[in-house]
Amino acid sequence: MPKSLTPRLAQLKDEIEGYARAFGLDFFETVFELLGYDELNMVASYGGFPNRYPHWRWGMEYEQLSKGYEYGLSKIYELVINNDPCYAYLLESNAEVDQKLVMAHVYGHCDFFKNNFYFQHTNRRMMDEMANHATRVRRWVDKVGIEKVEDFIDRALSLENLIDYHSPYIRRSPDPKRAEHEEKSNERVEGFRVDREYMRGYVNPLEFLESQRKKVEDEKAKKKHFPERAQRDVLLFLLEHAPLEAWEFDVLAILREEAYYFAPQGQTKIMNEGWASYWHSTIMTRKALTADEIIDYADHHSGTLGTRPGALNPYKLGIELYRDIEERWNKGRFGKEWDECDDLKARRAWDKNLGLGREKIFEVRKHYNDVTFIDTFLTPEFAMEQKLFVYGFNEKRNSWEILDREFRKVKNKLLSQLTNFGQPIIEVVDGNFENRGELLLAHKHDGQDLKPDYARETLRNLQTIWRRPCNLVTKVEGKGVCLRFDGQNQTEKKVEL
Amino acid sequence: MSLKIHQDHSRFKQIVRGKIKANLRRYVQKGEMLGKRGKDTISIPIPFIDIPHFKYGHKEQGGVGQGEGDVGQQLSPGSVQPGDGHKAGQGEGDHALEVDVSLEELASILGEELQLPNIERRGKEQVVAQKIKYTGVNTTGPESLRHFKRTFKQALRRQIALGTYDPARPVIIPTREDRRYRSYRMQNLPETNAVIVYMMDVSGSMGDEQKEIVRIESFWLDTWLRHQYKGLECRYIIHDAVAREVDRETFFHTRESGGTMISSAYKLCRDIIRADYPPGSWNIYPFHFSDGDNWSADDTRHCIEMLRGDILPAVNQFAYGQVESPYGSGQFIKDLRETVGDAENVALSEIADKDAIYQSIRDFLGKGR
Repeated sequence: MPKSLTPRLAQLKDEIEGYARAFGLDFFETVFELLGYDELNMVASYGGFPNRYPHWRWGMEYEQLSKGYEYGLSKIYELVINNDPCYAYLLESNAEVDQKLVMAHVYGHCDFFKNNFYFQHTNRRMMDEMANHATRVRRWVDKVGIEKVEDFIDRALSLENLIDYHSPYIRRSPDPKRAEHEEKSNERVEGFRVDREYMRGYVNPLEFLESQRKKVEDEKAKKKHFPERAQRDVLLFLLEHAPLEAWEFDVLAILREEAYYFAPQGQTKIMNEGWASYWHSTIMTRKALTADEIIDYADHHSGTLGTRPGALNPYKLGIELYRDIEERWNKGRFGKEWDECDDLKARRAWDKNLGLGREKIFEVRKHYNDVTFIDTFLTPEFAMEQKLFVYGFNEKRNSWEILDREFRKVKNKLLSQLTNFGQPIIEVVDGNFENRGELLLAHKHDGQDLKPDYARETLRNLQTIWRRPCNLVTKVEGKGVCLRFDGQNQTEKKVEL
Repeated sequence: MSLKIHQDHSRFKQIVRGKIKANLRRYVQKGEMLGKRGKDTISIPIPFIDIPHFKYGHKEQGGVGQGEGDVGQQLSPGSVQPGDGHKAGQGEGDHALEVDVSLEELASILGEELQLPNIERRGKEQVVAQKIKYTGVNTTGPESLRHFKRTFKQALRRQIALGTYDPARPVIIPTREDRRYRSYRMQNLPETNAVIVYMMDVSGSMGDEQKEIVRIESFWLDTWLRHQYKGLECRYIIHDAVAREVDRETFFHTRESGGTMISSAYKLCRDIIRADYPPGSWNIYPFHFSDGDNWSADDTRHCIEMLRGDILPAVNQFAYGQVESPYGSGQFIKDLRETVGDAENVALSEIADKDAIYQSIRDFLGKGR
């Protein structure tokens, strides 16, 4: 069972919270709870929430986390949940200095959750919502049986990345084209206005009227085409148009809602972790550390920020980028003058003593996500200093190797990895494909092929939900291919793109 | 305390078990997990337990890294973490999930899937080990076994009954009659000992492929017999024209050349059994693998004599697996089939290739002896 903080930890919490507020961090009330390692592993397996619907995937996650802990390979120090109040779970067995570090880190996250633009639409009562979801799913399990529900969840989860990450921020007005259509379709085809009745046959000959009529018919037919424009929120499309039973609809809606809740955390991983690391480092080194804790602190801090050649550490990249921005705005290294200065010596010595750094990073944490963050603030100097490179797989040598250190390439690779979480963009193009009620999806190919076995399996799962044959247009090795699953057979055929 | 996650966890394990069962034939043939054997568990790669998504292949994707090194320098294997950016470090990627399964569990899956009968043990009357089991509490016994808690409970009960217990001053003094002792019983445990004597032909005609087959097959035989018997010993004999006993490592990795005299191995096997494993108290399983090309008909006759006279009466089951080599399959299995094939405790199997291992395990273990 979760325990509340010990008196000593509560005192530390007040102290750290005081520092955080003094630095200008702005967060929801934060509730800390202590958990044993197995409980913490459990909550972590559940994605941070103690109450989730039953599914084997949590068990799989738990198995991996427990093993990592038992073998001493990995240890979770803390978990924070984007909620109001913010919940944070601490590992009971953490040393005192770790608890301080972790609390400072948590306040960084809480501030980010509350203020970052991309979190504005998340449900701040998700703790309750998740528990409700769990109850709803359990109720369906009681009604229709665990096998059926689990099966359906497996299939739906296979599509969980097919949502539109930007849709919560877009207020869609009804399609203006549609409004036009509706007006037009009410019109009767009368041709041009005729003042003198005897002129009618000349102004509006029969053939002309006929062609006008046909045009209107066509427009109407077009309107029947659905979705009217390609839709990225495949889950929503399924909810609205797939022949789902009540329980299926409910479960799918739950999964979609949870996917949207977690989306901003994926969109701001680097910023969020960087921000929290920046603040634990600032609070600890400026305020909270006592002399006898420094070694342990340094050890754990460097552990968190350690890098390996083949994996980018979001904590490290994030904190360094914030620090770089802070320094640049402190020294006035931005703007037209700075950009146009080619004199390396002058650039190196550039310092206008503006002192705008802190202010700037607060602003950055409010308005940016990982993609815009990297796009705006990753400079050639930074990439060089941080020794960033692009790596790739060399088929001949059957190993990974460093491909390039050129700034443009590094940045592009990084951005393409982050855009849409480095996941393919897939849209519903037609819900009545070939006028046979088939589903047509299109993959916006950006140079990378889909993983073929996964794509086929996913299509299979999609078909069981849509019930009619499903098609996916993509490219394989530069050629257009339409993958199709009709409930029995997988087929592939070439298409022109 | 029981955590909620345990339900999901056991459901996960159930699914894993199902996957292993469904893919058992593949595992048996490939033997890809043999290198990943721990003491009591084995790591098994499970395909498709991952939930499929539309996603990019990691190899095609590459990524951005951080650190020293020139362009073209290789990254150490294992340092590249496949991941979807937002989940870096969680081990999600191209690897199939590896799950630890205990050998016990694996054996029972094997048993279920191949429908193997449990083995009828021999000599269980003779082989007995004694074990002490604490069964209850008694009023007499040695002081070293005194049960303090029960003794004081008894004393407390007595004092309350007598009205001499004062809650304000809770002093409890046990008397002689209050004392309680653990009592025990000697249990006779039938201990079942078993030994496998592996024999393998390492003459020139047995190639790596053949040895691989033997290795895979012996793993499954091991696993199953270990499941059936607590104390299982293994002995290894290799032979070409002469036989010698070796350790496991050597057994699988030696390659000799030269002729084949199977009788040499049988002779050594007989001697080992005579010296170390009295048939009355041991369950004995000789397994012999060869490509079946024996040196001479004379030698084959000699083998059969030895089998009839010495080995078959002593063992639970004698198994011979003939592995097809590039030089074809020899005569030996036919000779055996004609002469001792009818004996109850002889199992013969021809293993043409890796695909045949599955069936051959069934041949060997299907008799339940």
